[in-house]
Amino acid sequence: MAAATALDSLPAPLRSLRLKTKQQELLLRVSALALIYVLAFVVRLFSVLRYESMIHEFDPYFNYRTTLFLSDHGFSEFWNWFDFESWYPLGRVVGGTLFPGLMVTAALLHRLLRALSLAVHIREVCVLTAPFFAANTTLVAYAFGREIWDSGAGLVAAALIAVCPGYISRSVAGSYDNEGVAIFALLLTFYLFVRAVNTGSLAWSLASAFGYFYMVSAWGGYVFIINLLPLYVLVLLVTGRYSQRLYVAYNSTYVLGMLLAMQIRFVGFQHVQSGEHMAAMGVFFLLQVFFFLDWVKYLLNDAKLFKSFLRITLTCVITVGTLALGIGTASGYISPWTGRFYSLLDPTYAKDHIPIIASVSEHQPTAWSSFMFDFHILLFLFPAGLYFCFKRLSDATIFIVMYGLTSMYFAGVMVRLILVAAPAVCLISAIAASATIKNLTTLIRTKSKSPQTVSGKSSGSKAAAKGAVDQSLPFQQNVAIALLLGAFYLLSRYAVHCTWVTSEAYSSPSIVLAARGHNGGRVIFDDYREAYYWLRQNTPSDAKIMSWWDYGYQITAMGNRTVIVDNNTWNNTHIATVGRAMSSYEDEAYEIMQSLDVNYVLVVFGGVTGYSSDDINKFLWMVRIGGGVFPVIKEPDYLVNGEYRVDKGAAPKMLNCLMYKLCYYRFGELTTEYGKPPGYDRVRGVEIGNKDIKLEYLEEAFTTSNWIVRIYKVKPPKNRS
Amino acid sequence: PPMPEDSIRVISAEKRIDLTSPIVKVFLTLKLENDATAPEASQVLLAFTPTEVEHLAIVKATRAEGKRKKKIYVPLSVKASDLAAAPNGARLYSILLSTPLKPAEVTTLEVFYALTHSLEPFPAEITQSDPQLVYYRDSAVLLSPYHVLEQVTYIKMPSNRVESFTRVDPTSRAGNEVKYGAYNNQLPNSYVPILVHYENNRPFAVVEEFVRKVEISHWGNVQITEQYKLKHGGAQHKGVFSRLEYQSRPSISGVSSFKNLLARLPPRVHSVYYRDEIGNISSSHLRSDSHKSELEIEPRYPLFGGWHCTFTIGYGLPLQDFLFESDDGRRYINLTFGCPLLDTVVDDLTIKVVLPEGSTSPQAVVPFLMEQYLETSYSYLDVVGRTTVVLKKRNVVGEHNVPFQVYYEFNPIFMLAEPLMLISAVFLFFVACIAYLHMDLSIGKS
Repeated sequence: MAAATALDSLPAPLRSLRLKTKQQELLLRVSALALIYVLAFVVRLFSVLRYESMIHEFDPYFNYRTTLFLSDHGFSEFWNWFDFESWYPLGRVVGGTLFPGLMVTAALLHRLLRALSLAVHIREVCVLTAPFFAANTTLVAYAFGREIWDSGAGLVAAALIAVCPGYISRSVAGSYDNEGVAIFALLLTFYLFVRAVNTGSLAWSLASAFGYFYMVSAWGGYVFIINLLPLYVLVLLVTGRYSQRLYVAYNSTYVLGMLLAMQIRFVGFQHVQSGEHMAAMGVFFLLQVFFFLDWVKYLLNDAKLFKSFLRITLTCVITVGTLALGIGTASGYISPWTGRFYSLLDPTYAKDHIPIIASVSEHQPTAWSSFMFDFHILLFLFPAGLYFCFKRLSDATIFIVMYGLTSMYFAGVMVRLILVAAPAVCLISAIAASATIKNLTTLIRTKSKSPQTVSGKSSGSKAAAKGAVDQSLPFQQNVAIALLLGAFYLLSRYAVHCTWVTSEAYSSPSIVLAARGHNGGRVIFDDYREAYYWLRQNTPSDAKIMSWWDYGYQITAMGNRTVIVDNNTWNNTHIATVGRAMSSYEDEAYEIMQSLDVNYVLVVFGGVTGYSSDDINKFLWMVRIGGGVFPVIKEPDYLVNGEYRVDKGAAPKMLNCLMYKLCYYRFGELTTEYGKPPGYDRVRGVEIGNKDIKLEYLEEAFTTSNWIVRIYKVKPPKNRS
Repeated sequence: PPMPEDSIRVISAEKRIDLTSPIVKVFLTLKLENDATAPEASQVLLAFTPTEVEHLAIVKATRAEGKRKKKIYVPLSVKASDLAAAPNGARLYSILLSTPLKPAEVTTLEVFYALTHSLEPFPAEITQSDPQLVYYRDSAVLLSPYHVLEQVTYIKMPSNRVESFTRVDPTSRAGNEVKYGAYNNQLPNSYVPILVHYENNRPFAVVEEFVRKVEISHWGNVQITEQYKLKHGGAQHKGVFSRLEYQSRPSISGVSSFKNLLARLPPRVHSVYYRDEIGNISSSHLRSDSHKSELEIEPRYPLFGGWHCTFTIGYGLPLQDFLFESDDGRRYINLTFGCPLLDTVVDDLTIKVVLPEGSTSPQAVVPFLMEQYLETSYSYLDVVGRTTVVLKKRNVVGEHNVPFQVYYEFNPIFMLAEPLMLISAVFLFFVACIAYLHMDLSIGKS
């Protein structure tokens, strides 16, 4: 408005540049959206500034390696790639056991940039893929918000999701993982589906099916979509909101999406064969029956006759359906639910039955503090948003409510699924924030100005009504201003919190460790790369490296050497064999290593630096997973009073197992901390129990400068004389 | 057939062999006399054994002119001679004299040559706690196609720890130096093999492949990217590497290994980076003053015998320090040849000078013989590609770090091509937006 009055004083030719209110609004909206887009991208670059442009953590290294392979060898080679460098001696059918969406996306982006004659390295493309898609997600969030509420809510949703820590945690620069593009695909699919339901248009349903296809190609989390959509349809049916639009949207999305999804080798025929996908198929048939009944009802035009027809049809359908399901399951055509699916529905399942899932920290149930950490004020806005949704119930708001509630449940079951809940929480909170602020500003403006200045069609009449109420409450305007200030304070706290969390917690690549030195300076521990590069340069190119599975992807990607097991935990027995070797005595372990052709053993040890996520702390999982398959390994042998100990009081088996020996070899001669005896482990805070470690079948090949990674060479067998 | 040079005699020769570093450096002082009856001699010949020729990195010669205090050294050019007259496969190199040697004239030549890969580790494999011992083979007397009247050879080693050396009387040793001779009246092509076995723990840093890319931007920057494939060329490391020993007893553990290298870069260098295939290497220090910049780099791990490591160093330089305009209107870039790492041998060196897009008629002026060819490289926003001058040379040592020039023609209008491309792309984008907003693309009327 101020700009407009300033324009009035300008000469005539410039005055013609003055925009109409609608144009002003458009300009504001587009520039706000553009700023949000840039913000979403830029806030994720902390990791590049703090460290460097590099790939983070574990899985992204596999994705990076496969992307390199894809861009070097082309798509058909990639699709048929059998990788000899992992899971030795089994190998891995990479083309058939991964979701190619991410790699194909990055390779295409790289090719596009190359075609525009921008000489960027594929690594830079991979590093920036996640921020780029996060920025795109804000656009989808805007469109989605507009679809379910209004464009104001859309803008707020875009702003909230741009900096939401729950989402940032998996999409900072360098976090080159499936989730980076999958959340974009997930939200896009949902948005297009809701749009299709709202319009009943075949075109939107088609777009939704393609969105679903992209999601399937990118992430295993597509199972959430394929179960949420039928659940949503079911709820609409039960609440009597069935419509032709819904029929068109669901059927075309489902059929086309299913056919497209079958093109992904890793997914294959699961849509018709796996128990996890049966709900969608059931609802598909149910919709047909519903449609048929509707048609019959219309033809019969007789309530009594229809009732009996309904009874017969329903009985038939339920019998046929149950029979089909029963026969399918019994004959093994339809596979039962997998353990991963069970562990999602029942948080205690994995702990009892699948130690390999329970051993991953991101699969643990979520603590309250991490909800607070990742959502901040959204946690309070979320219920408020639900209230607003229920107040203005429509097909779209029912969808977002269901998405929000189910994903919140899953977020409670597993830490990493906070990510899936983040868009829903942002959207619902945006509705709350936007609606509240809108109401408050209307209150203030009705007092100071005449009601007709308020823009918007629906809110105009509301404002007039509020204006009438206004007379009866004297302090209402002041309270509104106070509340508005409070809301702005909260939102700005949110922004501050998000930035702080991003820069402090979520921008560490975890492969380079940083700590504060004595004088406050930054100390970098680059031991992982030191070790991997040593392997890459100074071992025979066909050397086989045995390590715990966590480091498999990194060793193959950075060290370029063959590993026994890696982070694709597809073969539990193989991992258990490695776990068994690590927890056996040296001579027993030597036999296992000989049978696996192992040349080098790599262990991660934090006792010198105080780096706590090392192999001794992971040792209990090696014992459990190893013992789960090989009963020779018994957990009680390693425990003293139910505890894993490394000091003098430790169990004898613990003190002499391979992992202990490799971690603490010659550690007993080293003084780590002033005033402590030699061999003082800074992670466990104890003096180690076995200082006189002799290795018979292995020899130290390399230890990094801070002792974090230690590599041992397996000696060749002795000559038989 | 008798050559005019046959008339030359070496009155006295002094050969000083410096074995302190991994590169063998030989300083030869020759006092020559032309026969009174002979014609003028325009060249002087040097002889090398076939092994020496294989490892010969550089030969330089100067001639002392003037007397006493006014003495100046005039550099002379040296080239491989095509005379095949030497016995046992020895090869001859000829020093071309600037002024011919008159009959009965006496002159003094100073010759310097460097040999790489001429120290053979023995034992060939050592453990972490062993020092590195090497063999050096040469001749006690000077191998020369001429009659040598008097000659001495000095061999200097880094320390007193000399295991053994061949005795060819008179031979004496004082501290870290062994003296052979003086020997009198040696016939042409005499050769008396000697073997010296001593301790040498200096870093045997060998750059197996070195590629330097120089990109010139007329907007004010010269960007240099250097790729190194480094190897410890000494005795192979055997058995255990113990970090504990290495950290707690640095004086006796891993003495022949090295963990840092020094690179001497031009002054005013900026945006220096040091990385490898898997990311940044955080251990490097840059010190610069107005004359030079020194970059101390530490590979990710210390290098023991036989260990490899590859890395890339990149930096930018201000254009005005290196690009000049010659009298004929052409431009030329003046760069230093060779590798900036001190005391290293480069087995295979490639320098690529990427000229700006639109440059024509490139011409490299280099001080040594080497392979040269042109190629085209593409970088940001290139359409036709950039002409690239590629220079390749084998067996390069620090003495090769001398200036060389690449001349080319360039029309400054090409500088505007890329900004104009970007501007028009943005312009077209806005035009497309405007067109989209003003057009009605729907099929039916709603």
